[in-house]
Amino acid sequence: MNLLIKNGRLLDPATGQDGLFDLLCAKGKIAQVAPKGKIKSEGATVIDATGCVLTPGFIDMHTHLREPGFEHKETIETGTQSAAAGGFTSIVCMANTNPVNDNAVITEFIVRKAKEKGIVNVFPIGAISRGLEGKSLADIGQMTEAGIVGISDDGHTVMNSALMRKALQYAKGFNLLVVSHAEDENLSGHGSINEGLVATELGLPGSPNAAEEIIVARDILLAELTGAKLHIAHLSTRVGLELVAAAKKRGVTVTCEVTPHHFTLTDEAVRGYNTQAKMRPPLRSEEDRLALCRGLKDGIIDVIATDHAPHASFEKEVEFTEAANGIVGLETALSLGLRLVQAKVISLARLIELLSCNPARILGLKEKGRIAVGADADLTLFDPEKKRKLEPRMLHSKSHNTPFNDWELTGTIQYTIVGGNVVYQP
Amino acid sequence: MKRKKKMITTNPRPQAGGFFLAKRPLALAQKASKDLLGLKETSRERIVEILQISQNYKERLQSQQKKGDELRGKTLMNLFFEPSTRTRVSFELAAKNLSAELMNMSPATSSLSKGESLKDMIANLEAMNPHIMVVRHAVSGVPGFIARNTRAAVINAGDGSHEHPTQGLLDLFTVKEKLGEIKGLHLVIVGDIAYSRVARSNIYGFTKLGAKITVVGPATLIPPGLDQLGVKVGHDLDQCLPHADVVMLLRIQKERQETLNFPSLTEYSRFFGLTKERRARMNPKAIIMHPGPINRGIEIDPDVADNIGAEQGPQSVILNQVHNGTAVRMAVLALYGANS
Repeated sequence: MNLLIKNGRLLDPATGQDGLFDLLCAKGKIAQVAPKGKIKSEGATVIDATGCVLTPGFIDMHTHLREPGFEHKETIETGTQSAAAGGFTSIVCMANTNPVNDNAVITEFIVRKAKEKGIVNVFPIGAISRGLEGKSLADIGQMTEAGIVGISDDGHTVMNSALMRKALQYAKGFNLLVVSHAEDENLSGHGSINEGLVATELGLPGSPNAAEEIIVARDILLAELTGAKLHIAHLSTRVGLELVAAAKKRGVTVTCEVTPHHFTLTDEAVRGYNTQAKMRPPLRSEEDRLALCRGLKDGIIDVIATDHAPHASFEKEVEFTEAANGIVGLETALSLGLRLVQAKVISLARLIELLSCNPARILGLKEKGRIAVGADADLTLFDPEKKRKLEPRMLHSKSHNTPFNDWELTGTIQYTIVGGNVVYQP
Repeated sequence: MKRKKKMITTNPRPQAGGFFLAKRPLALAQKASKDLLGLKETSRERIVEILQISQNYKERLQSQQKKGDELRGKTLMNLFFEPSTRTRVSFELAAKNLSAELMNMSPATSSLSKGESLKDMIANLEAMNPHIMVVRHAVSGVPGFIARNTRAAVINAGDGSHEHPTQGLLDLFTVKEKLGEIKGLHLVIVGDIAYSRVARSNIYGFTKLGAKITVVGPATLIPPGLDQLGVKVGHDLDQCLPHADVVMLLRIQKERQETLNFPSLTEYSRFFGLTKERRARMNPKAIIMHPGPINRGIEIDPDVADNIGAEQGPQSVILNQVHNGTAVRMAVLALYGANS
């Protein structure tokens, strides 16, 4: 069935289109793009997009789907439903499942399960090291054959610099992206809160910015040494950002992402021992947060990624030090990004670049992240003005761990379209 | 049945005019809170009120009629997840003096790996309708967590490195008793500020009543952000001592500090121990405090602790602190238990 989306504002930074265009999907691809009213709708299902913005489908470079092993938190089925509800047509899932995705069998399982149960595209990331133990390389080549788009020990840092160097070298041979979770684990201790006044007042062990920046600097140097493609996950500090900016200037092949929570919240959110604000890297200071906003504005930051980290309520409603790290993020990312647009920090076009075009480019997904005839018909249609008050029961994720409960969020997904099929509408 | 208290109030809208300011979560409004979780959230007026009531109880304890009926028919659970002798016994004595039904529990520290979660455990205790829970726990924030899951009044008896409010109150009481007025005094706190809940409670309590505070200790045990709490940081004890009205020594937790935060106990003692020589350089009217248990010969010389050779002052009031603990805890239990 062909799908015609008409009367909307088509916005695609990748091709520079911004205006009232209609779009026709056929056979999973974008078949035609033409000024409003110029496409004949015979036989096509019509979506009236009046007042809405039509963009290339969002791509999340950083999610945790928890399957296999932690199905009580999330499954590939519920995780992709959550993604669709957030406007994401493709997601990249991290390797810290149980068993760890460090071999082709697990990669194949994820790919197959995603085909059967997933409603958006799922691209797995394989582990850097076997068992995420930081000791020896995982089956990187075989996992590449099975479908991984990159490698990462996310959740852990490969603390052994020699092994990290080997991983970068080896990955380069497969033209594979290496995603770095940057945290010097000796220096960060058990800290899931930023070192500073709030941690001092709460009497919790803090993790200093330097714990992150040391590894950002190290991995940049190793990327420079090896020529591999490095992507820094969930960057959270001002100096880390400066390190990336300087590296880019030198021509190092490095990109980076920030999460919506790191550009929205600070460590003040942890007050009251709020475990919904417990994450790694921790929420930082206002100075860092503002630096991230500037980085989004001036182009140093390439990607907004959610670090969607579902946890069951019984894993969060515990003693602060026992609580699991992370929050769900797929269904709040657009609205939190739109806050930056409303505050005139970035333009709407820039937001779409961060959510779609740049992730596609970094991951090498050539037919995604842009609206052009022949490209995949992965599209997101949202109402940028429509407001909603966030309540846990609204979320499609299996888990509801979010610090944004009761927030009034602007921007609502109207349609999520994957391969020309509507996979979500409210 | 269960009261759900929202921990954080947030304003989702960016503030007008500003460059996309992060919302500050508003501190939980604590007008006549049912719980005593820390002195940070306790108003100056409330602190003064508690100290006044403590004075009444201290007088009563010196009279023939020690016991009263304030908490008759009320159940008090002493929940000590972390071992303690002094504080537990002090609360016990206070509870008995107020005729409360007392239950002492020392549950094994909860964790997800050990079966029942803390939340479930509290739900079970809650089903037995306790009126007051006195909680000590090794993890910061647990009394607050429990308070949100029970209707009972929760009294924090020390949580991790967060607060130990009744210790702060009894320290205030003792200083007031010995020196008359808190306002304008200079309190010097010595030692492990980073991990000390006593330091935090005293910083809030003494600041609210108008004292000046300097903390002194190894630089590795001074946490960041203290200046924002109005506290001065020093690293030279000898420089600070002559100007102190109160010197409060903190316990060095030998088991976890050594080799991590300073080279050796000998070295600690050399720079931060209150020796007889250092005592001699103090203002004779000043007093010396310690929340206990003391490490003799490490943070305090035995003779200094025992007031040997202190006829001309300055005096150690360590045992007065313990003594006053009963009256202060009676005041706290009576006040917070009244409506529970």
